[in-house]
Amino acid sequence: MSLPIWSIAWFTAWVAAAGTLLILPPGIALGWLLARRDWRGKALVETAVALPLVLPPVATGLVLLRLLGRRGFAGRWCEAVFGGGIVFTWRAVVIAAAVMSFPLLVRTARLAFEGVNPRFEQVARTLGAGPWRAFATITLPLAARGLVAGAVLAFARALGEFGATVMVAGFIPGRTATLALSIYHLVQLGRDGDAWTLLAVSAGLAFGALALSEALLRRRPV
Amino acid sequence: MNLEITGLRLPLAPFVLAADARLDARITGLFGASGAGKTSLLEAIAGLRRPAAGRIALDGAVLSDAAARVFLQPERRAIGYVPQDDALFPHLSVRQNLCYSHAAGAAPRIAYDHVVAVLDIAGLAGRRVDALSGGERQRVAFGRAVLAAPRLLLLDEPLTGLDPGLKQRVIPYLHTIRDEFGIPMIYVSHNADEIVALCDDVLLLERGRCVRRGAPAELFTADRAPHYVLRPPPPAPDAAAPG
Repeated sequence: MSLPIWSIAWFTAWVAAAGTLLILPPGIALGWLLARRDWRGKALVETAVALPLVLPPVATGLVLLRLLGRRGFAGRWCEAVFGGGIVFTWRAVVIAAAVMSFPLLVRTARLAFEGVNPRFEQVARTLGAGPWRAFATITLPLAARGLVAGAVLAFARALGEFGATVMVAGFIPGRTATLALSIYHLVQLGRDGDAWTLLAVSAGLAFGALALSEALLRRRPV
Repeated sequence: MNLEITGLRLPLAPFVLAADARLDARITGLFGASGAGKTSLLEAIAGLRRPAAGRIALDGAVLSDAAARVFLQPERRAIGYVPQDDALFPHLSVRQNLCYSHAAGAAPRIAYDHVVAVLDIAGLAGRRVDALSGGERQRVAFGRAVLAAPRLLLLDEPLTGLDPGLKQRVIPYLHTIRDEFGIPMIYVSHNADEIVALCDDVLLLERGRCVRRGAPAELFTADRAPHYVLRPPPPAPDAAAPG
């Protein structure tokens, strides 16, 4: 059986991009809140956000399975609204990628905002800009390189996601088969040559994403 | 300009800033050692810090009143602020920095051409801010604040970091801002020479308290000319009494 390399690669890149886009607004907002504000429960939220980094990915997957399954809160809601389930579909692959990448994006966003002198925002406010305008014209552009680098890092993490994905999406060729799941499956079948081919494609994608992230961080002038 | 500060209390790390003052000079100096609370007082006036108690009013309009739960946001106070590190926006050109307040929606009440001519910065408009010298940066920061047509301009040690020769060249520009645009200022410094050269009225701040107030000639005396030092405080009345 011929290996649909490019459709697997395309699907993987697509779900990684979708997962990254999904977490950009909350990730940037949370990064800003952690960098700029003190609030009750901040340490707890910080720890909770970092959990997917330290928990075994399959454990995170197990939690997601419980939440997204037919008896889970999110799964029931999705069935009621969209008329379809989440688990063992591409949606589950996107959500697993998003959850596993979220801590990396939040951490990078927080660092990016911490690197912007708050005096700039304050002076912008005294010049007549409201909080949103000061954020959009001063803070966001000055943190932009760090934020883009964080997004690329999250995308790279999502590309290689395996443990949580296999729990909530399984391996269904043509429906949930990402590069990482396909490599594991091919090795199980003894098709090491095909597995190595996918590994090369995987490495190429990840290398490109990480190189872009590094280049953006190095160019950061402020 | 008439700035009334009544019963202001602002908790800072080592002490509580407490101030009561009525400021009406054209340039008021806030003089004190580092950590005396000068910057925090400016921040409270600018709306960048919320006081725990007290009231601040400018020309009769309340800026903040803790008891009445009134706190006007900085963008609605029309109070300019130039911090110690000038805070020019590094991703914008000099012209974009200067016109930031105009882009914020306010109709220009002070003409751009007039400001850049007075401050000798017309030739810098197309430059990046990181290509400016220290003196040029300060003049652009003054120009940016003036172009917002503030009712009051707060200057937080704006000449710190400039060498003495450059300071002497920048100080006349502040006189020009006062005279040309009629903008009153509060000038913060721990440098007596700057305060004497610029201010009409001086508040001496120590550990968050206003301990003395007067004209520069009353508070400072020439040391080794042209440098000034603080005069010793007058003896307390009971200490001077015999016995």
